[in-house]
Amino acid sequence: MKSNHNIKTLILAMFVASVLIGCGEQQTDDQDASVDEIKIGSTNPYSGPASAYGTIGRAESAYFKMINDQGGINGRKINFISLDDGYSPPRTVEQIRKLVEEEEVLFLAGTLGTPTNSAIHKYVNAKGVPHVFVNTGATKWGDPQNFPWTMGFNLSYSNESKIYAQYVLENKPDAKIAILYQNDDYGKDYVHGLKEGLGDKADTMIVAEASYEVTDPTIDSQIISLRASGADTFYNVTTPKFAAQAIRKANDIGWKPLHLLNNVSTSVGTVLEPAGLEKSVGLITALYLKDPVDPQWADDEDMKAYTEWFNKYMPDESIDDAFNVNGYIIASGVARLLEACGDDLTRANIMKQMASIKDLQMPMMLPGITWNTSAEDFFLIESAQLARFDGKEWALFGDVIGN
Amino acid sequence: MEAFLHQVFSGLANGAIYASLALALVMIYQSTHHINFAQGELAMFSTYLAWAMINAGLPYWAAFGLTVVASFFIGLIIERAIVRRVADAPVLTVVVVFIALLVILNSVTGWIFTYTIKVFPSPFPEEPLFGPYISSHEAGVVGVSIFVLVTLFLFFRFTPLGLAMRATAENAVSSRLAGIRTGWMLALGWGIAAAIGAIAGMMVAPIVYLDPNMMSGILLYAIAAALMGGIDSPLGAVIGGLTVGVLENIMGAYVVGTELKLTVALVVIIGVLIFKPTGLFGRSFVTRV
Amino acid sequence: MGGLYVNRTRLILVALVVVLACALPFVLSSYRVFQFNMVLVYAIVLLGLNMLTGFNGQISLGHGAFYAIGAYVAAVLMDHWGVPYWVTVPVAGVICFIAGFLFGLPALRLHGHYLALATFALGISMPQILKYKGLEEWTGGVQGIVILKPEAPFGLNISQDQWLYLFTLIIALVMFWLAWNLLRGRIGRAMVAIRDHPIAAEAMGIDVAAVKTLTFGVSALYAGVGGALGAIVVQFVAPDSFVALVSITFLIGIVIGGLASISGVIYGALFIQFVPNIADEISKAAPWAVYGLFLLAFIFLAPAGIAGFVRALWARLTTGSTRKKRAAQTQET
Repeated sequence: MKSNHNIKTLILAMFVASVLIGCGEQQTDDQDASVDEIKIGSTNPYSGPASAYGTIGRAESAYFKMINDQGGINGRKINFISLDDGYSPPRTVEQIRKLVEEEEVLFLAGTLGTPTNSAIHKYVNAKGVPHVFVNTGATKWGDPQNFPWTMGFNLSYSNESKIYAQYVLENKPDAKIAILYQNDDYGKDYVHGLKEGLGDKADTMIVAEASYEVTDPTIDSQIISLRASGADTFYNVTTPKFAAQAIRKANDIGWKPLHLLNNVSTSVGTVLEPAGLEKSVGLITALYLKDPVDPQWADDEDMKAYTEWFNKYMPDESIDDAFNVNGYIIASGVARLLEACGDDLTRANIMKQMASIKDLQMPMMLPGITWNTSAEDFFLIESAQLARFDGKEWALFGDVIGN
Repeated sequence: MEAFLHQVFSGLANGAIYASLALALVMIYQSTHHINFAQGELAMFSTYLAWAMINAGLPYWAAFGLTVVASFFIGLIIERAIVRRVADAPVLTVVVVFIALLVILNSVTGWIFTYTIKVFPSPFPEEPLFGPYISSHEAGVVGVSIFVLVTLFLFFRFTPLGLAMRATAENAVSSRLAGIRTGWMLALGWGIAAAIGAIAGMMVAPIVYLDPNMMSGILLYAIAAALMGGIDSPLGAVIGGLTVGVLENIMGAYVVGTELKLTVALVVIIGVLIFKPTGLFGRSFVTRV
Repeated sequence: MGGLYVNRTRLILVALVVVLACALPFVLSSYRVFQFNMVLVYAIVLLGLNMLTGFNGQISLGHGAFYAIGAYVAAVLMDHWGVPYWVTVPVAGVICFIAGFLFGLPALRLHGHYLALATFALGISMPQILKYKGLEEWTGGVQGIVILKPEAPFGLNISQDQWLYLFTLIIALVMFWLAWNLLRGRIGRAMVAIRDHPIAAEAMGIDVAAVKTLTFGVSALYAGVGGALGAIVVQFVAPDSFVALVSITFLIGIVIGGLASISGVIYGALFIQFVPNIADEISKAAPWAVYGLFLLAFIFLAPAGIAGFVRALWARLTTGSTRKKRAAQTQET
């Protein structure tokens, strides 16, 4: 047992010594933005079960490649460093720390996922690193009082839900609603938003709720249960694969409710075509982006530019995939932000410019859906327009809802 | 009552999916005594091959046949090139090799074919033949699973090759002494399992859509089904699969709700295993000291 | 039984590693310190898993569940009741010990693949349970819990990252020392005997059931301590942090590091911490494929784990003998 004792003494001595050596050493965080190159950091799930979203990160990188080929912004090249976090919050923390502390990026843009961004929310705000175009629809990204360095990108899930709630209250006040949702923050945010939007009537109107896990092979059982509830309105809060399954299954078992589909899964090419275009007729959703497969935009200038960019910079990817539009808009938003910042590339100025966007109509956004922010309003996209699928395209109807 | 019946039939349809992959797992187990965690991804990859062939203009059944043959050789090659090298390693090392294969296949497929979902055609008619509860394709999946099961049974029971493969799995040394080329028996087992997996993949894809993560959820259910039925019993795998499918639906729809249905279904399966540690149809072995 | 003998060279080596570990936070950037902090956390978890799987032969594909319980115990205690962080670590350990012990009882009846399934099921179910409505008040549901990072105590003039690293290091050293004592003692021999020859072990008078459930408990305790430390270091827990993949990663860690090897868990922890990042740097299009190739390469080059490889290399260097002394500890489980 003598050697044991030795080890213990040794360990203790080493520890004390190292603590003493370490006293007085403190690292500081560098804030300088480099001059001829702008470093921007991001995280995306390139690996793991959520790797379907990886294409968003690749689209962003491809957009910045185009910008750099065109000479950069104000003479500066963009160095967009997008790292893999596998949709795992601990890895997001690690990668963001690498970006902020090692790479010393000027700011973070387009980090994807609610749990992943939640994990770094406090950190980036404590460090004072702009954390913008956060790529999820949770409501918490628009809280300038407590988190002045964070601003989300998407229309919040809960606001989108409220648009549907308003529609149902106006057009089908006695609706019996059944909800299918993904059992995570994204699904629950939508459900919560709908209940808020329906207000007092939520308890009577919502007659059934069923959840699914992303590992479920099918959602057939859930659809059968929801139909059996006698509901005449179906709120479909699912990601693309499950949305296609749900649309097809509801149709196959002869359930024909008023079918509200969440914006996440409105892609004609990757959801409605697999589900069957004729089975998708009558779907209602709230849109704010242009879909590259939707024929109504075939001659649109934005779409031509998009297609040209896509064919040149992402030749191996699928143009059907509407996720790429999301990446494209985020990247063009970042480019726009940098133009607005001019030569004042400080973190404070980035947030200042981010929070003073007025009626900005960005490419690939639906006409009339503009970006607006202020020092109190940290929600970038706050409006959408309802659309009904007519078998070929999303036919927009009604006004742009929101402000 | 109508909804209940519907849940049961839908569970059977899902169960047939689990069963078809479970059969591939049993196949590998019978010939190598390993559970191949990459089996699902292998099946998924095979299905992409079939999809590419159909897209290139091949008729369905030609693509089907070619895919089954190609998968057989892929399985064979994987065994000879990769798995063979760890033949003497501890079981956990082999498990890690399987996990490596799983992530490689998943990632490479996503890279080649992208992650958007693809429609995979069904060879069965669109109109339901068996009433409103089950589509023709779902009924077809059940039929194909039973066909594979019977074929496997006949193969193992009545052909010399099947006997040689069983003997190799049971006792490799004695088999080698009896003149069986045991190395090739293992490779054959891999090939056949990959071929069965390919059939499973092509049966599953029309229901769940083809995407790189198509099999990750199904694999779990298939493993549970195979073990519940007894890992060395093809019949057990089919019955296990159907039971798991129905159990899960009933749990989700009527007992605990959808949020915990997977958890509860797994608890029930483990409960069964505690009382019947070799599965419902598994053989018990006497261990020698 | 590599890793369990004491001799002068080994002692010097261990001391050297400890010195290096202590010096780390003062020479590296705080981001690197954070990474090595996670290495220590993983090492503790892997040590527990290796006791169970490597030494005792019970396969667990669900240790991520105990890791999750430990993390949530720490997070809930800190968030709800304001318990100091250092108190949460032993509490998490004790709770996980109980959970592991209870799980070990039914697991007694399951062997090999069946036990693997049962533990895998535990790992799969954990996120679902954490999201469950009935527990939402404590777990925060899908949103998870954000934790504050502790400051260095006693007025030490070191950063939070440095302090947390040293805090983790102290606990890791204690845990390693305890494991080392446990494994080379009576219980350790019993554990190995049960793995290699369960029936013979029983005949020799070892209470197989007691040793196996106890091992399960201790192993879960290690995972729980690691989980609590991990939560404090990452400052966040959410169901998405504890998906089934985490359990698989732990298994990869002990196999790559070396089954039934104490030093192996350090190599394993380094592997699971750093190799995914290397894979990401090599390919954005298919990082998992690169990761898988790394796995295969390590398995082929070091079939007995990195620890086995190092041991063989060491034997060659010290004795000059060309025959590899591959330790016999890698037995079929």
